[in-house]
Amino acid sequence: RRIANFYFLIIFLVQLMIDTPTSPVTSGLPLFFVITVTSIKQGYEDWLRHKADNEVNGAPVYVVRSGSLVGDIVRVAKDETFPVDLVLLSSDRPDGTCHITTASLDGETNLKRHSLSLTTFAVIPSSFYLLHLGEMKVPGHLSNLYLCFPSLSFRPLGPENLLLRGARLKNTKEIFGVAVYTGMESKMALNYKCKSQKRSAVEKSMNSFLIIYLCILLFEAILSTILKYAWQSEEKWNEPFYNQKTEQERNSSPILKFISDFLAFLVLYNFIIPISLYVTVEMQKFLGSFFIGWDLDLYHEESDQKAQVNTSDLNEELGQVEYVFTDKTGTLTENEMHFRECSINGTKYREVNGKLMGEELLFLKAVALCHTVQISYDQPDCMVPGSDPFSHVNGFSANHMEYYASSPDEKALVEAFDTMTDHNTVPYAYRFKLLHVLEFDPNRRRMSVILQTPSGGQIMFTKGAESAILPFATSGEMEKTRLHVDEFALKGLRTLVVACRHFSPEQYTEVDRRLNAARTALQQREEKLQEAFNFIERDLQLLGATGVEDKLQDKVQETIEALRLAGIKVWVLTGDKHETAVSVSLSCGHFHRTMNILELLQQRSDNECAEQLRRLARSLCWYCLSRIKEDHVIQHGLVVDGASLSLALREHEKLFMEVCKNCSAVLCCRMAPLQKAKVVRLIKTSPEKPITLAVGDGANDVSMIQEAHVGIGIMGKEGRQAVRNSDYAIARFKFLAKLLLVHGHFYYIRIATLVQYFFYKNVCFITPQFLYQFFCLFSQQTLYDSVYLTLYNICFTSLPILVYSLFEQLVHPHVLQSKPALYRDISRNSMLSFRTFLYWTLLGFCHAFVFFFGSYILMGEDTTLMGNGQMFGNWTFGTLVFTVMVITVTLKLALETHFWTWMNHFVTWGSIAFYFIFSLFYGGIIWPFLHTQDMYFVFVQLLSSGSAWFAIIIIIITCLFPDVIKKVFYRHLLKGTITAV
Amino acid sequence: MQKKENQEVENRPDNTAFTQQRLPAWQPILSAGIVIPLFVLVGLAFIGIGVALFVTSRNLHVLEMDYTGVEKTSPCFSCSDPIKQKNCKCSLSFELDKLFEGPVFFYYGLTNYFQNQRAYGVSKDYNQLSGDLDYFTFFFSIVPDSTCKPYRYDVNNKPIVPCGSLANSMFNDTFNLYQMKNGVKEEVPLDGKGISWWTDYNIKYRNPSVNPLRNAFNGTVKPLYWSKPAYELDPTDTANNGFINQDFLVWMRRSALPNFRKLYRRITDGLPAGNYSLEISYNYPVIAFDGKKKVAFSNVSWMGGKNEFLGIAYLVIGSLCLVMSVVMLIIYHWRNSSPDAN
Repeated sequence: RRIANFYFLIIFLVQLMIDTPTSPVTSGLPLFFVITVTSIKQGYEDWLRHKADNEVNGAPVYVVRSGSLVGDIVRVAKDETFPVDLVLLSSDRPDGTCHITTASLDGETNLKRHSLSLTTFAVIPSSFYLLHLGEMKVPGHLSNLYLCFPSLSFRPLGPENLLLRGARLKNTKEIFGVAVYTGMESKMALNYKCKSQKRSAVEKSMNSFLIIYLCILLFEAILSTILKYAWQSEEKWNEPFYNQKTEQERNSSPILKFISDFLAFLVLYNFIIPISLYVTVEMQKFLGSFFIGWDLDLYHEESDQKAQVNTSDLNEELGQVEYVFTDKTGTLTENEMHFRECSINGTKYREVNGKLMGEELLFLKAVALCHTVQISYDQPDCMVPGSDPFSHVNGFSANHMEYYASSPDEKALVEAFDTMTDHNTVPYAYRFKLLHVLEFDPNRRRMSVILQTPSGGQIMFTKGAESAILPFATSGEMEKTRLHVDEFALKGLRTLVVACRHFSPEQYTEVDRRLNAARTALQQREEKLQEAFNFIERDLQLLGATGVEDKLQDKVQETIEALRLAGIKVWVLTGDKHETAVSVSLSCGHFHRTMNILELLQQRSDNECAEQLRRLARSLCWYCLSRIKEDHVIQHGLVVDGASLSLALREHEKLFMEVCKNCSAVLCCRMAPLQKAKVVRLIKTSPEKPITLAVGDGANDVSMIQEAHVGIGIMGKEGRQAVRNSDYAIARFKFLAKLLLVHGHFYYIRIATLVQYFFYKNVCFITPQFLYQFFCLFSQQTLYDSVYLTLYNICFTSLPILVYSLFEQLVHPHVLQSKPALYRDISRNSMLSFRTFLYWTLLGFCHAFVFFFGSYILMGEDTTLMGNGQMFGNWTFGTLVFTVMVITVTLKLALETHFWTWMNHFVTWGSIAFYFIFSLFYGGIIWPFLHTQDMYFVFVQLLSSGSAWFAIIIIIITCLFPDVIKKVFYRHLLKGTITAV
Repeated sequence: MQKKENQEVENRPDNTAFTQQRLPAWQPILSAGIVIPLFVLVGLAFIGIGVALFVTSRNLHVLEMDYTGVEKTSPCFSCSDPIKQKNCKCSLSFELDKLFEGPVFFYYGLTNYFQNQRAYGVSKDYNQLSGDLDYFTFFFSIVPDSTCKPYRYDVNNKPIVPCGSLANSMFNDTFNLYQMKNGVKEEVPLDGKGISWWTDYNIKYRNPSVNPLRNAFNGTVKPLYWSKPAYELDPTDTANNGFINQDFLVWMRRSALPNFRKLYRRITDGLPAGNYSLEISYNYPVIAFDGKKKVAFSNVSWMGGKNEFLGIAYLVIGSLCLVMSVVMLIIYHWRNSSPDAN
C-alpha cells in the first residue's frame, strides 16, 4: 500500500522538476496530509505498544553477578516473571525445585516443577556462583519452546532446568538462575511470529481497480499528448501571434518536449488516482473495529470478556466468509470436563450424585495417581522434602486445595475421584513414591507414571487414547472394554483407557537405566526418549476406561444453523475419535438425523482411498439426479479421519474437493494440528478461492487460525495462544453469528461503497479537466484553481464518506441476525464485482460529462450571465463546474446513505456549507503570499448571477435524477432480498 | 467478591447508543409512494421555471455581425490584412426596424482565439499590475516575472510594462456608432464605465501612486504590439488609464472558451429604429488563425443575456420528471395488481 504513496511522491517530484500546470504544493499538501494522518494513527498504535513494552521492559531485575547479559546471575522472587531464559541454579526449597506457571506463554495454568540439574548446588549460598561455574554450551536458536537446551560442560540440561522468560515463579520464595538467552534470543521472542499480513478480498479488488485507473490515467495522458502535437502540427495553432514562444522553447529538443508534456498531463490528471483512498480506508478500519469490542452482544458476562480485535484490516472479510472451520473441544464445547462413566474390568459404572460404587482399587489408584496435576494450597511453601503432596491432603480441608492441570480431562478425573473417595471412609492413606513420569505427547497419545508402592514394588500406570493403549495391552477385559469405550464415544463422552504394568526388580532396573540414559543423552535426546518410552509401555494390563463429558456451549446449534442458512459451509475439525466426533456433531446440529452421512474412514492405501472417493462421488451424483425427480433435497454430511485425509490430500485432491463441495457438513476427526491447517489451505486454494474462517481455542488450532483468511480465537480455558494468534477473539462460539452476520455485513457494505465511491468521485473530479483540454489546445490549463484541486479530496468530500463508512446500516441488525440468508446477498465480493465497478466508473464519467457540458453550453453561448452585462472568465467557468461537482458528489452519497444519524447530517450538509464558506473566504481576500489572484471574487461573482444558480440546480438534478429512478425501479421491479425486507 | 465486580465493570463495554450502533437515525426509503409525488412536484416546478426562463430569454434581442472581412463583398475586406494596412478604417451598416430597448450592451467577439491557453494565461506579472513600482525595473532577471517571457524585456533589456503575452495581445480595434438621421451621421454615445468587474477596477488592479502617472513608467517600454503606452490608453479620461483602463481589465479577464465575447460599451438609452453605421478602426489580426471578429448588440434581463439553454433544459428535465412519474405509476400499479406481487 505504500506503493501508492510512492506514486504520489513521484508526481510531487515531477512537479518540482518540470514546468507543470499545478504547483508542487497542489499534490504535496495532500501527500503530506495523508502521511500525517497515517503516521498519527501508527504513532498511536506504537504508543500503545510502547506502553505495553514498558511494563515488561521496565520491570526491575535483581542481578547478582553481572556478566555480559548472558551469564548474568539473576534472582527472581516469588510471583515475579522471569526476565530472560534462565538455567536454574538454586532454589530456596530444600529439594532444589521450583514451581512455575507458563500461562502467559502457552496458557497452561498448571504448576510445573522445575529442578536443579546439579543437586549438590541446591543448598549452597548464591555467593558460590561467583566462583567457577564450568563452561556452558548454548546451542543455536530454535524457536520450539520445549526443544533445544543448553548444556553445562559436564552435565546436560533438560527442559526441567530451563526457566523460560515470561513464565512466573510460584510457590517458591526465590531462585537464582544464570541467564542463557536474553532479549530477542529468548525462546519467547523467537516465538514472536511476524504475523503474515493478511489482505482482505476487498483490498485485492481495490488494488486491481487502482491498476485500471492507472491505465485510464496513462491513456488520458498519452491521448492528450498525442492530440496536442497533432494540433500543433499546424503552424497557426502552434504559435499564434498572441502567444509566441520563447527562444528556449523553440530550440528545445522535440523528444524532451514530448516527455515533459506527457509528464505535465500526468500531473494534471493524477488526481484520478484517489490519494486519500488508502488513508480513508485505514481510518475506517481502525475506527470501525472499535464497534466490535464495544458490542454488548459479543460480551460474555460470566468470564467478563469482550470481543477483541487484533487486526482491523480484515473487518470486511467477516462479511465474505464461505467456509467456517471450527475446532470442537473448547470451541463448540465448554471445555469443562465432568466425569460421567467408567468401565472397570468389563463392568460399567455410572456416576450418581458424585458417588461411585465399587472397590476396584487398582483402577482407582491408577486414575488417582497417573497424572501431572499440581496442587496449589492457600498456604504455600509447605512442601516437606521427599514427601508426596497427597500426604497433605488429609491435613487440609478440601476447599483449600485447587488443582492445576494442563489437561482438563486429567483435572476432571482427579476432581471426580477426590469427591468420590470420601476421605473419612478411607481408613488409611497409601504412600507412593513417584519414580518417573513419562510425559504425554501427541504422537504417543498416552502418558505414564512409574511408582514405588508402599509395599516396595514398582508399578507403572498408563492412560491414553484407546488406540494408543489397546494394541499394547496383553491382559484384562479387552473386548468388553472396547465395547464400552465405543458406547461412551457414541454418547459424546471423551474416553481414556487406563492400564498398568507391574515390574519385577530386574525389569525396573532395566527401565530405570534406559530412562536415565535417554534423558541425559546429549544428542538425539528426543528420539532416544521415544525409544525408551516404547520399550517401557508394553505388556500392559488393561484396567478400564473412563468417560468424561464435555458440555456443549450455549446456542451452538442455533449458531451453526444460522451460518448454514447464510450459505456458509461449516467444517468441524477435531482430534477426537470418530464416534465421539459424530455424536457431538449430531448434538450440536452440525449433522442432522436426516442427513445422508458419507464416510471416508480408515483408508490404508492410496488405491483404496481413491476407490472409496469415487464411490462417494458417484453416489452423490446419483442423489443429484434423483433430487430433481423427487423435488426433495437430501443433505449430505461427510466424515473423514486424519489418516484417510492425508491419503486423500496426497493424490486425489480434486476428487476429494468434489465430494466435499456437495456436502453441506464435513467432519474431520483424529486431526493433527498441521493437518487442520492443510485442510484449510486446500479449500483456500481451490479454484473458486473461497474465503475461509477458522475458529479455535487451543494452541493446536493456531496453525489453522493463521492459515485461514480470517482467524478467530475463542477465549477458552486452553490459554491465550489461539487468541494471540487470531485476528479476532471472542468469548463464545455463539458470538460468531453476530460477528459474521451483522458486523461482517455492515463492514463489507461500508467498505465496498467507500471504495467504489472514492473512484467515482475522483472520476467526476478529473474528467472535466480532461475534457477542458479539448477546448484549450491541450495546453494543460487547469480547469479548477489549484487550491480547489488540493482541497477537494481532503476537505470538501472526505468526511461524509468516512462517516458513512462508519455508521451505515443498510439493514437493521436484528433483521440481519434473524434472516441469515441476507448474508448471501453480499457473498463472493458482489459489491465490488467488475459490474458494479463499471457502474460507478461510468456513472462518474457520465456525471463529469453533465457537469462539464452543462456548464459549457451555458457559458458557450457567449452571452452574459449577469444582469449588468459583464462577462465571466475561465476561472468562473471552472468554479461553476467545481461547485456543481462538490454538491452532486455529496448528494450522490446522500442518496446511498440509508442510515442518517445526526453525524451524517452534520457532515453532509456541513461539507457543502463548508465549501461555500471556504470559497467566499478564499475569494474574498487578496492573499499576500499567492503568486496570482486568479480567484479573487470569482465565487461571489458566480453566485451573484441568477443564471448560475439555475444552472447549478438543473445540472445537479439532471445528474441525480436517473439515480433516483434507478433506485425506485430496482426496488419495485427487481426485489432483491435486501430490499424485500 | 467486591473486587470481582469492579473488574467486571472494567471490561464491560458501555451500553450507549453510539457504541452499540443504535444511534437514532432517519432511514429514508426511496419508494414509489414518495418518489412519484416528488417527481410530479419537481416536474411541474421545473416546467414552470422553464417557461419563465424561456419567455424571458425570448424577449431579449441580440444583433450580431461579422466584420472580419474574409469575403470580398465584406465592407472590411480591404482592411483584413492589418500588417499592410495601418490604421485602416471600415464601416458596417445595419438597420433596426424597431426600438432596441436599453440598456443595450455592445460586445466584440472573437472566435478560434484561445485565451485559455496555459502559457498565455500565466504570462503576466501580478505585482506589476497591482502597482508595485519595484516590478517596473530591470532587476537581476528576477523582475518582471519570468512567466512574462517572451514579453519581458525589449531588445535593450528595458522591462516591458505591463509585461506578458496576455497584456501584449490586447484587443485594439475601436468602434464608433452613428445613427443615420436624414442622411446625417449622428454619433451614438457609448458608455465605457463599469464594463469590467467592480473588484478588478477598484481592488485587484492598481496604478502606482505616482502623479502624473507617466512618471511611473520611466525607464520602461510599452508592450510591443501596443500603439500607445499604458498611461495613455484613454486620452479622454485620465482616470481610465494605466492598469485600470476598463478595456484593459476586460481583456485581462481571460475567457473560458475559444469563442468568446467581451463587453465593449454600453448604450444606456437603447437604439431607436433606423439606419446605423458602425465605424471600425481595424487593427487586430485574426485571419492567420482562421479567427472571426464580430460585434454584437444585446440587451439583458436580470438573469443575463439571451440564453435559451436554461429554459429548454428546465423544460426537458421537468417533462422527463413527469413522464417518469407516469411510467413509475404504471409499473407500481402493475406490480401491485399482478397476482404474484409478493
